[in-house]
Amino acid sequence: MSPRLLKKTLLRLGFWCLIGILLVYAVFPFYYAIVTSLKPSSALFQVSYWIDNPDFSNYAAVLNQASFLRAIGNSLVVALCVVTLALFLSLTAAYALGRVKFRGRGPVLMMVLGVSMFPQVAVLSGLFEVIRALGLYNTSWALILSYTIFTLPFTVWVLTTFMGQLPHELEEAAIMDGASPWVTLTRVLLPLLWPALVTTGLLAFIAAWNEFLFALTFTLTDSQRTVPVAIALISGGSPHELPWGLLMAASVLVTVPLVILVLIFQRRIVSGLTAGALKG
Amino acid sequence: MSVSTTLAPDDEYLLTRETPVQRRRVRAAWLFLTPMLLCLALVAAWPLLRTFWFSLTDASLADTGDASFVGLSNYLFHSGAGWSGILVDPQWWNAVRNTLHFTVVSVGLEIVLGLLVALLLNVKFTGRALVRALILIPWAIPTIVSAKIWSWMLNDQFGIINHMMLSLGLIDAPLAWTADADLSMWAVIIVDVWKTVPFVTLLMLAALQMLPSDCYEAARVDGIHPVKVFWRVTLPLLMPALLVAAIFRILDSLRVFDVIYVLTSNSSSTMSMSVYARQHLVEFQDVGYGSAASTLLFLVVAVIAMAYLYLGRRQLEVRS
Amino acid sequence: MIKLKLDNVNKQLGGARILRDVSLEISAGEFVVFVGPSGCGKSTLLRLIAGLDSICGGDLLIDGRRVNDLEPRERGVGMVFQSYALYPHMSVYDNIGFGLKLAKTEKTSLRERVLKTAQILQLDKLLQRKPRELSGGQRQRVAMGRAMAREPDILLFDEPLSNLDASLRVQMRNEIARLHGRLGSTMIYVTHDQVEAMTLADKIVVLNGGRIEQVGSPRELYERPASRFVAGFLGSPRMNFLAAFLHAPGETSQVESLVLGRTTLPVDSSDLAANTQLSLGIRPEHLSLKAAQGTTGLVVSGVEYLGSETYVHLDTGQDEPMVCRCEVNAGWRIGDRVELQLDIDNLHVFDAHGTALKRRAIESLPAGVAPHPASAGVL
Repeated sequence: MSPRLLKKTLLRLGFWCLIGILLVYAVFPFYYAIVTSLKPSSALFQVSYWIDNPDFSNYAAVLNQASFLRAIGNSLVVALCVVTLALFLSLTAAYALGRVKFRGRGPVLMMVLGVSMFPQVAVLSGLFEVIRALGLYNTSWALILSYTIFTLPFTVWVLTTFMGQLPHELEEAAIMDGASPWVTLTRVLLPLLWPALVTTGLLAFIAAWNEFLFALTFTLTDSQRTVPVAIALISGGSPHELPWGLLMAASVLVTVPLVILVLIFQRRIVSGLTAGALKG
Repeated sequence: MSVSTTLAPDDEYLLTRETPVQRRRVRAAWLFLTPMLLCLALVAAWPLLRTFWFSLTDASLADTGDASFVGLSNYLFHSGAGWSGILVDPQWWNAVRNTLHFTVVSVGLEIVLGLLVALLLNVKFTGRALVRALILIPWAIPTIVSAKIWSWMLNDQFGIINHMMLSLGLIDAPLAWTADADLSMWAVIIVDVWKTVPFVTLLMLAALQMLPSDCYEAARVDGIHPVKVFWRVTLPLLMPALLVAAIFRILDSLRVFDVIYVLTSNSSSTMSMSVYARQHLVEFQDVGYGSAASTLLFLVVAVIAMAYLYLGRRQLEVRS
Repeated sequence: MIKLKLDNVNKQLGGARILRDVSLEISAGEFVVFVGPSGCGKSTLLRLIAGLDSICGGDLLIDGRRVNDLEPRERGVGMVFQSYALYPHMSVYDNIGFGLKLAKTEKTSLRERVLKTAQILQLDKLLQRKPRELSGGQRQRVAMGRAMAREPDILLFDEPLSNLDASLRVQMRNEIARLHGRLGSTMIYVTHDQVEAMTLADKIVVLNGGRIEQVGSPRELYERPASRFVAGFLGSPRMNFLAAFLHAPGETSQVESLVLGRTTLPVDSSDLAANTQLSLGIRPEHLSLKAAQGTTGLVVSGVEYLGSETYVHLDTGQDEPMVCRCEVNAGWRIGDRVELQLDIDNLHVFDAHGTALKRRAIESLPAGVAPHPASAGVL
């Protein structure tokens, strides 16, 4: 082998080694959670890298817990409602910010960006008071309302970017056809924005599904908990006797749908994340 | 040319005259903005103001309405026995130190790793799309879940990390990752870095793909060493995207809560400012004191965010 | 009957004046073309008429009614956009019928009008297609159909053919002309293409720097340009300009220039002083060439063969060569020395501001004045 070819081969080999390491690093923890979740509790404390005899008792145990199923239901309701609310509010706002030139547009955009940088804990006490005043404490509504603080700025920002990219003349054609701003938005621009809505909706869904601090603070009873809180609160007899198999089964259950979504919508998610960050 | 002539004073009225058509449009815009603005006022602006106010009172969680004004004594207070308040609370300063430590190390690691992975994935190879999708998995996993998975993997007795390190001969005895005060911060950082590198990678990758390819072709024609090209061409061009990613991550890291809460709960060796504030707010029911801590955290974040916006605008001006 | 009237219309954006004091009258059924270089304000003027931009000063009247503050749909205008701007998610039928639907037109009459419009534009067979399934020319026709469907009195076209390739452009140009004949509605058409302007217009409006330079029929503008700008803008190759000065002002002017020597021209320069700077303009087709003797005359510096004609470039010592349009078999070659022959009737004279000097009623002056051999050759 000539030195040149050798060098090339070694480079290739190194490259694929790096890719391998990267993949193991990214995927192994999740894989290991699956491995653990498929072990009976007797085999739990022997480290193994492979799934030998899949045992579904952990899954059966998790799915038999009414409170866990309830938590999944709560999480779904909260996340879907947040997505709907945030998309509706941000769609009209994004039309105004992305397509109309008016005094005050810059400050509004700055404010939206500012809110997205809020530390959640900074509004915790004030929000707690608002929620209690509205009688929403320990309900899903408390979470739906409070989650808009981090979903709304994001969806407004991303949709404004997408809205600004639609051709100018399309809207003018609608104006010439006698369309009001509302008709222009709903019948001309909205049908073209579906891909962007799917992307932003998905990102907002993931954010709402994963939220922990508000869910921990604004709900009290098992029947109102969301999945992250339910998982965080799974405990055994003592801190050192956590039911790891059960925990991993629950973790896998709430993560698999997200992983599938991410794998399917990978391209869209990337475009949404970068539209929110880079073009801002 | 008459196109660019400036106005005579008596022409000024032309500038401000708006037709009803335009006015209607602007009115519609504000109408469209109103729901969003109301919502943000309800969940962000008003609660924030209330938090500021609470920090000046002795409110308790049981009944926030029944609070009396105590001035700045939540922050700093001198009584016969000496100074008290957050600003002299060693726990608070410990939380500040922890947060800064966490922010500097994890953001630094994330930027470096994210950039390296992005450079790796910027090479065209078969299966790249799949690899790119797979590395998104850590990002999609809820923070709570990843904290749980890692705390299982980092378990002192049965954790696979200890097992691996033992069998590789890196350590002699299992490490108590989450319990040992010296190691627990590292455990938190490991989990956070694992979860956020994909995000940074994506930003870097998008930025890399926007770089002008002619620079590279020119460099290749000139026979410049790839490493030199990276330092001289790629890195300077990536700087803006790198800064954006760093700011996003810094602001996120300063308010870190979930990972720490789940991985190491209230251990003082990892307690962050957010954990500290929440502990006083909810567990000790001391809304006044907790709000003061929240306010301080908000101020820190606000100063950094403003510095970023200011620098960003300056950069824009320089560019134009 | 006056359909549309602009009265001292002004427009500015930021500190820049886009249009100043534009006044114009357009009769019902007229085909008017706004033409000018990019940035002259022609598109802005069209958008003001459409109602997409607001008028800063002055009045816009349609049928004698002031419409400055009316919404586009209340003005009775339809518009065809440069990029077509078809609604991508709607079929051809829905694209054409959208405006009617918004106007709450009754369903059967909506259908009737969409079908009628489609038939005029030969779109009947494409009604269920989406815009992306259409060719460029078909999209163009849908865009016109959408503008026509509500039967506006005034149709506006914003550079509608600039996205088409050359051959399709000619075809669509003819179709638009035919459509105008058939509908009889008032049409206002913006273009930077002088061929479109010349072939389509009843009336051309030449804009420059936000002002109207000249309004008139294509023939008036071509044969009697009111300014050096209009003279240079219309016609291809462009008019030749020669620096000159006024030797003796008067009702007929004695003018001296480097290439043509001293000539008496039938233009009125009585309000100008002697020795004023002037420029002479002559179109390439109004020049003819004759072989010069010895070292006199001008040198041929370039020959462009176009198949149907030849452009001969002559070195005059000015920045730009003179261009002369010749027959293909005239046989000039680079380096040849030639003498110019021209008809004084076709010579245009402009003052230092670019305004054309008034032409006297045509008297029979000797045709075909040859330039002074003495002054012509030595450069």
